Amino acid sequence: MLKQIEGSRGVAEAVALCRPKVVCAYPITPQTHIVEALGEMVRTGELPDCEFINVESEFAAMSVAIGSSAGGVRSYTATSSQGLLFMTEAVYNASGMGLPIVMTLGTRAIGAPINIWNDHSDAMALRDAGWVMLFAETNQEAVDLHIQAFRIAESLGTPVMVCVDGFILTHAYEQLDIPEETLVTKFVGPFQPAYELDPEHPVTAGALVGPEAFAEVRYLAHHKQLQALKRIPALAEEFLQQFGRDSGGYFHAYNLEGASTVVVGMGSVVGTVLDVADELRKNGHSIGVMAITCYRPFPFDTVREALKRAERIIVIDRSITAGMGGPLAADIRLALENRLLPVHTIIAGLGGRPITKASLKKIFERAPLGELPEITFLDLNWDMVKNELGAEVA
Amino acid sequence: MIEPKIQEQSSVDGVQTRVKFYQTGTFTAGNRLLDKELRTVQSSQERSNAITCGHRACQGCGEALGARYALDAAIRAANGNIIAVNATGCLEVFSTPYPETSWQVPWLHSLFGNATAVASGVAAALRRQGKDHIRVVAQGGDGGTTDIGFGALSGMFERNDDVLYLCYDNQGYMNTGVQRSSATPPTARTATTPAVGKAPGNPFGIGKDVPRIAMAHNIPYVATASVANLHDLEEKVTKAMSIHGARYIHIFVPCPLGWAHATRDTIRVARLAVESGVWPLFEAEHGEVIHSSPIRRQIPVEEYLMTQGRFAHLFKPKRDEERLSALQAIANKNIERYHLIHEEANA
Amino acid sequence: MTRHFAISLPVGSSLENHTGAWRTERPQYADFLPPCNNACPAGENVQNWLYHAEEADYQEAWEEIMRNNPFPAIMGRACYHPCETACNRATVDEAVSIHSVERFLGDRAIAEGWHIKIATEKSGKRILIVGGGPSGLSAAYHLARLGHSVTIVEAEAKAGGMMRYGIPEYRLPRDVIDAEVQRILDMGVTLRLNEKVRDIPAAMKKESFDACFLAIGAHISKHVDIPSPDAGRVLDALHMLRDSENSSDKGALIGRRVIVYGGGNTALDVARSAKRLGGESIIVYRRTKEKMPAHAFEVEEAIEEGIQFRWLETIKHLSDETITIEKMKLDSDGYPQPTGEFEVISGDMVVLALGQDVDTSITTGIPGIKNDKDGIVSVDSNMMTGFPGLFAGGDMVPSERTITVAVGHGKKAARNIDAYLRGKEFSVKEKHTLATAEKLNTWYYSDAEKAVQPTLEMLRRRTTFEEVFGGLDETNALFEARRCMSCGNCFECDNCLAVCPDNAIRKLPMHLGMEPGKGRFEINYDYCKGCGICVAECPAGAMEMVPEVI
Repeated sequence: MLKQIEGSRGVAEAVALCRPKVVCAYPITPQTHIVEALGEMVRTGELPDCEFINVESEFAAMSVAIGSSAGGVRSYTATSSQGLLFMTEAVYNASGMGLPIVMTLGTRAIGAPINIWNDHSDAMALRDAGWVMLFAETNQEAVDLHIQAFRIAESLGTPVMVCVDGFILTHAYEQLDIPEETLVTKFVGPFQPAYELDPEHPVTAGALVGPEAFAEVRYLAHHKQLQALKRIPALAEEFLQQFGRDSGGYFHAYNLEGASTVVVGMGSVVGTVLDVADELRKNGHSIGVMAITCYRPFPFDTVREALKRAERIIVIDRSITAGMGGPLAADIRLALENRLLPVHTIIAGLGGRPITKASLKKIFERAPLGELPEITFLDLNWDMVKNELGAEVA
Repeated sequence: MIEPKIQEQSSVDGVQTRVKFYQTGTFTAGNRLLDKELRTVQSSQERSNAITCGHRACQGCGEALGARYALDAAIRAANGNIIAVNATGCLEVFSTPYPETSWQVPWLHSLFGNATAVASGVAAALRRQGKDHIRVVAQGGDGGTTDIGFGALSGMFERNDDVLYLCYDNQGYMNTGVQRSSATPPTARTATTPAVGKAPGNPFGIGKDVPRIAMAHNIPYVATASVANLHDLEEKVTKAMSIHGARYIHIFVPCPLGWAHATRDTIRVARLAVESGVWPLFEAEHGEVIHSSPIRRQIPVEEYLMTQGRFAHLFKPKRDEERLSALQAIANKNIERYHLIHEEANA
Repeated sequence: MTRHFAISLPVGSSLENHTGAWRTERPQYADFLPPCNNACPAGENVQNWLYHAEEADYQEAWEEIMRNNPFPAIMGRACYHPCETACNRATVDEAVSIHSVERFLGDRAIAEGWHIKIATEKSGKRILIVGGGPSGLSAAYHLARLGHSVTIVEAEAKAGGMMRYGIPEYRLPRDVIDAEVQRILDMGVTLRLNEKVRDIPAAMKKESFDACFLAIGAHISKHVDIPSPDAGRVLDALHMLRDSENSSDKGALIGRRVIVYGGGNTALDVARSAKRLGGESIIVYRRTKEKMPAHAFEVEEAIEEGIQFRWLETIKHLSDETITIEKMKLDSDGYPQPTGEFEVISGDMVVLALGQDVDTSITTGIPGIKNDKDGIVSVDSNMMTGFPGLFAGGDMVPSERTITVAVGHGKKAARNIDAYLRGKEFSVKEKHTLATAEKLNTWYYSDAEKAVQPTLEMLRRRTTFEEVFGGLDETNALFEARRCMSCGNCFECDNCLAVCPDNAIRKLPMHLGMEPGKGRFEINYDYCKGCGICVAECPAGAMEMVPEVI
């Protein structure tokens, strides 16, 4: 059903259709509208048979979700930024315990300095936490990814984080197709608990594991991610069949065939990139776009295959690993293995800085000319930097 | 004519039940002459043994004992329908090193500071599955309760989640090598409050009284207990299990390693803590103290302190009169606050 | 469900880990000797019969007493209960009133007509017992239990010896003696009264006795010469008590103002009896109250009844209606010395209660017999005199002179006679280590003041021979039995089971034939880490730590 609603509302409705039994939340901008909506739906009965638990911190939010998931019910939470970092220990724990929790991350910068606006610093900080991480390109995809997320999580026994760009998506009103409940119910299926804490059949969960088995535990976690890598495109295909929409999967490819320049990005920035690429292609540029949806596990083989004819790659990174560069670019380089071709990192949109078509266009135009440095901070105000650093910056 | 001697024994619900006198039975675990229902859970070979043999707790571990006492009582109260959530700490480490676990109940360990929140989640899950007969117990040491898990504990309390939290208080971070916690008493020597300098050991005027903080949340039930008073402990757990909502029992569990006392003295040390007023035993409902257990044979605090190496510097090389009297004053305050000396008991 | 490798584990799997290897010391159950048992001259297993009494299994408790002592009802009244002096409960509040429980059991046995089954297999041996006092009756009882044929020859008109002729009725009613003596006779023991044996070897030979136990007591009163115009005014205590027992008109025997000379229990018995006979009793003793050989509680009872005491005085002279006494003082060694200070007091009779000697006439001429200057007969460790087959016990052999010691002698002699007749050596089991108060953890015992026996009202105490102390009713007897702390012996409080942090103690199911209190628990040394909490928290001190053998 088509609705003209805010992205957060769309996510909330999608989550509600998946019928979680426990939703726990601690407020943090820009995640708030999602959990507010869910809380309201629990009260009105739109989301029936569900506990909405106001907790005292994000650490508790994830911990309650750990408990309720282990306790045998579908569990959901949402957070952003500092909240994600505050729950970090529990985030790792949830994946270590193999709990199929689904969490929305309304992506946002991390302080200091405190900043409430969008980038991917939070998501990137926990990219090694053992969660499946999906990035929504649009609000429609955010809706769809949540439905897929529960299925992925529960079929594999792994938590799934759906990353939705803060404000840009979460607070944007647009027309969204909210799927029919019966379809969602059929697609998601009944909850499959990872553990059964049953007094009739007791088990110890969360044992201390020493050197004699720790590596094996970690290998098995890696193996599970590789399984997820197989499952994710299959589920996207199934979703397409049932809902008629191409959402999820590894990535969305736009005009990659024969493109000499490929721009790689994640999340809402892809929309802007596509506009610029379309314009450039009209002007004769050979440019394609790869919008990564499945960031963890990272589909190296498929990405490599899709990029095999590209001559240069521009990666839009929405965060910076200080002293190293762009984390997404690093993964792309890894995917390319031994192919020697330029990979340009564009650090863009940090802390909510607008990523304009004009700025991107300049970058994309320079790339084929060989004028693009390895790393570019988009629209960096050099006067401010120079003022601060003085003679250091030539 | 001589009146037959009948021993009064107060039961938890405040009803005075008259039972025949036995040489023991009021204080020992059992007694062959006692009615079965008046004996403790621990006196039965059929007890659940929530933690069974083979665990790796140190010799004489008070926490291993306290946890079994409390959980077995909870299991009995819930007809076996218990799920336990455990904070990181000694109890978790010594009971579940792969590939062996000592637990015989469904047991879940997540992290150091989140046992209460996890337990809240489990309770919510059970509620949503209609499994109201299964009850959730969360447990941790004093570090996991009064320090790192304090926020989660307070959150569980204020939400009045249906969780019984059991704090096994051995007054320090024993698992990591005996460091100070906010439950460490003044003057106690720990690895981070060494017995050196002008004021050796843990300073006065710091730390927190979590049972009273728990009471300030107006939760339905708060109690203190001790491994030295088994009947009392079991009665409190049983009572707590009869109540829904957030409940808190803070159990005193000596640590031979961290406190430097003889392994055989674990219960004795706990008993001396009670008998000196150092560890008041009381119950509170909705923020009000409703009952306290009188001291049976009062002793000066130093008799308690002398049993433990962590207080040795109060006596050697010379007696530290000033700080000994300050510690006595703390016990006196407890005695006054909780009315631990009953006139009739001493009559 | 999904099994998460390593993170989730099957419950109870730690049983694979045998933590017993950590142990350097091991706890074990022990049976230490309770101080009451240790102190009992009759060798009663007091703790064990209290164990049964606690369960209200009175007959079993009574039978346990009867293993060692055939007179529970008498002992519960007349024994000076050294068990209570030794009782560890005194360190908590007051000693257990063992005697009152024993009396309760003895009285119940009489009321219920309980009997002891005796060995069906007869030995065919015949034993002569000379003297039907506590020692002789005790020996007869034990020998009968062992299947022997026993004949008691008693010089007096009734059996009982000092129990009857030395202890006044107000302390020991005669129907109690009669009942407990009759029970022995009912076992087939022959009692011949009013008969004196003059020549033991001849008597044995004549009636083909295989052995003889001689227990005639000590009833020659010690005398001092007190100048007196009328010898009839000086009596000895035993005669006075004996006459009082045998006479139908007790009041005629006694003066109005009786001076009793001596400080022992007999002096008190005489003084208290005289008081009851309507006289006024004054005890004159040459040393202080504290030095009196009599039991302090009997002194207090006498004072309550109005007996007057004159300490640090000796009797120098009697004249009509008056008695001259000399005041004494204690020297630096605590001995009384004359002061030369005299006083004349009124009094129409003096009873000497200065102790007794043994009548040696019966042993004179028997080869191998040795007597000391007071006539006391020497016996070896088996209670046998120098004459083979002749055993002796009670007041006539070297020992403390109490009826309980005498009863103990009777038992010991009986067992030795039995061994002698069967050509065996009777050996006493080695005593266990004493269960001292430090071994106990008394915190666990409920606070319980001693149950008090009812006391006869004072007027009747002063004027009748009714028993001064009443018995406990069942409620109080049960209460008192349960005050026993079971020193050194398990009484199944389950503490060890409960306090083990390693669940290494198992409670065994009760099965037939298991001795109560023994073997109810088992330590699993596969898991016991040897912390010692079970030992420290055993209320009864019935466990001990022993080093592990390497």
